[in-house]
Amino acid sequence: MNAPDIIAALAPLVPGASFEAVPSVDFATIYVPAERLVDTCRALRDADGLRFTTIIEITAADYIPRQPRFEVVYHLLSISKRLRLRLKVRVAEGATLPTVQGVWKGAGWLEREVWDMFGIVFAGHADLRRLLMPEDWEGHPARKDYPVQIRKGAQTYEPLEVSENEFRANIERDRVKRTH
Amino acid sequence: MATQTHDHGLDPELPLLTTTVEKVVQWARRSAIWPAQFGLACCAIEMMAMAASRYDIARFGAEVFRGSPRQSDLMIVAGRLSRKMAPAMRRVYDQMPDPKWVISMGACASVGGVFDNYAIVQGVDQVVPVDVFVPGCPPRPESLIYGIVQLQNKIARSRA
Amino acid sequence: MAELRTETMTVNMGPQHPSTHGVLRLVLELDGEVIQSVMPTIGYLHTGIEKTAEQKKWQQVIPLVERMDYLGAQSNSLAYAMAVEKLLGLEMPARVNDIRVLIAELQRIASHLIWLGTHGMEIGAVSMLFYAVRERELLLNINELIAGFRFFPSYIRIGGLREDLPRGFHETVTAFLDRFPGKIDEFEGLLTKNDIFRRRTEGVGVVTQEEAMQWGLVGPILRAAGSDYDVRRYFPYLGYETYDFKVPTATEGDVYARYRVRVAEMRESVKIARQALSRITPSGVWACDDPRVVPPPKDKVYSEMEALIQHFLIYSQGFTVPAGEAYVPIEGPRGEHGTYIVSDGTNRPWRVKMRAPSLMAIQALPSVVQGGLIADVVAVIGSNDVVMGDCDR
Repeated sequence: MNAPDIIAALAPLVPGASFEAVPSVDFATIYVPAERLVDTCRALRDADGLRFTTIIEITAADYIPRQPRFEVVYHLLSISKRLRLRLKVRVAEGATLPTVQGVWKGAGWLEREVWDMFGIVFAGHADLRRLLMPEDWEGHPARKDYPVQIRKGAQTYEPLEVSENEFRANIERDRVKRTH
Repeated sequence: MATQTHDHGLDPELPLLTTTVEKVVQWARRSAIWPAQFGLACCAIEMMAMAASRYDIARFGAEVFRGSPRQSDLMIVAGRLSRKMAPAMRRVYDQMPDPKWVISMGACASVGGVFDNYAIVQGVDQVVPVDVFVPGCPPRPESLIYGIVQLQNKIARSRA
Repeated sequence: MAELRTETMTVNMGPQHPSTHGVLRLVLELDGEVIQSVMPTIGYLHTGIEKTAEQKKWQQVIPLVERMDYLGAQSNSLAYAMAVEKLLGLEMPARVNDIRVLIAELQRIASHLIWLGTHGMEIGAVSMLFYAVRERELLLNINELIAGFRFFPSYIRIGGLREDLPRGFHETVTAFLDRFPGKIDEFEGLLTKNDIFRRRTEGVGVVTQEEAMQWGLVGPILRAAGSDYDVRRYFPYLGYETYDFKVPTATEGDVYARYRVRVAEMRESVKIARQALSRITPSGVWACDDPRVVPPPKDKVYSEMEALIQHFLIYSQGFTVPAGEAYVPIEGPRGEHGTYIVSDGTNRPWRVKMRAPSLMAIQALPSVVQGGLIADVVAVIGSNDVVMGDCDR
């Protein structure tokens, strides 16, 4: 099935959405509008002729200085129908995308990685925090305007997780009290 | 007269060896140097190959790789050290009791290797003091054994 | 009468741990020894390979990509090279494909050997590591024979291979392939019917087919759960449709089933490697004949002017790849592996993203080990064949 066939199969299931097929060298590639993303993914997963039950990849690419800046790419696989599909969504800087974690459980960490590397927020995600960089890192490294090499010394301590007063309070609380 | 050897009143056939305490202590330390398991990336596989039967490191005294740093003498930093891992590595190094040594194995641990970017610490000597640098990507097991032998020589000539 | 206060205990299996296959941090919440929840933290080996690759020319990315999944190194460079060749529109001659198949299968055997060694060692059969590494040394000898380097030969290049096969290649590989099935029998005799091994692995870490597909786990994990999805069969590449091999599957989906699937895969790899070896002539063509991409042989470079200019252009400014994107999946040792590349028409990649099967495996870990014991965590991580370099890139 190539891209126009998939769009034809999707059109009755996701009414009103404007899909755009693009030529590609490997497998079908479709542009999906951001607001119909979750409906499209659910239709792709459940429709009898499609059955894209496996999420292979979620990634993004930074096309600065083109507007909108980012494109989030979803690679899907249908084992029963032997089909592959690539969904692309154009995202502007600062915009948010709905999460597809409810459609495929495996999308959770993939979206976390996109947030960590690119700074694209996924609305409705259960646990959107940094995955690969340290938690207190600033900046999103895979953006094109982030430097490749930075001159920064290694951090050899971990940030404190409790304040000094909390630490003392914890010790007092756990101290065994004599009852007589 | 011919040379006369003074035998200090002892029987010359007596098996006796004179040395200093420092030499004995350093000999003991360098002959049984037990590494802590600190394999990070690809160099860790070469380190495992070095510990396996073909390039047996137990011949050189590194009999076991201890799981806990509190029971080991040597930390072989094998692999690329990322910025997120640097505090954990410093903590592992601090947990090792004295005397302790560090071998920086591979190009990534020594100078950052192929990865000159935001994520990799350019040389673990920014985090821990290193005694021997072993270059290579990954260094052959024979290179690492040579590095350990150099470390043993270094221990031999240093003060206890 | 003192009242008993029960609470769960939080234990940190920190980044430095003998059994976590690299730097993985697990925060376990335990009720006694039963696991209530697991929170994995990754990123301790994040290397920024993808961002560094955007600064290099297309051919220079190959050594970077190889160091990602460091156990099956040449499967990484194979996936990348095939994706770039798809964008370039290059067709490889049959001999190049056969050599690539042989290398891919030998890499699969090498990766499975380390898996078997470390997995057995963590379950308790410590000598498995020594047996497995001993066999792997022979495979590293083969790597050294073709390209001079044990681990990351960079032998697979865009446009074909680096150079022709050396003398003695057929004899060495044949000697290995004759010796190895007997060794697999030895390993199986040590573990497969071993009562301790079975009790530690049967019924542990069950992943059903539906769960595996939801979590995006494709590879030996899915095959041990009943599906027969193998990229070599479903989306054939490199001429795999012309080889005769079986895809081993199992139905239980537990650690023992994954063990059996991978050991059977090693045997099938030997079969495929033998077939590939019989098709390869000792000397012949080793790259496609596109002069923009493939450098000429060195003796021509030293004697002909055009060859010198071609060599200089390829190695100084590189070749340009037409704009577009490509993703070519291959069946790596850990599952489906592929590189998504985006080109903007210049001599440097715009975006290189490698699919990491180990990331999906660790993401599924909390739901798989829930309710099990700590010892099961070790077994499950080992059986999912997680490599942190692959996970963190």
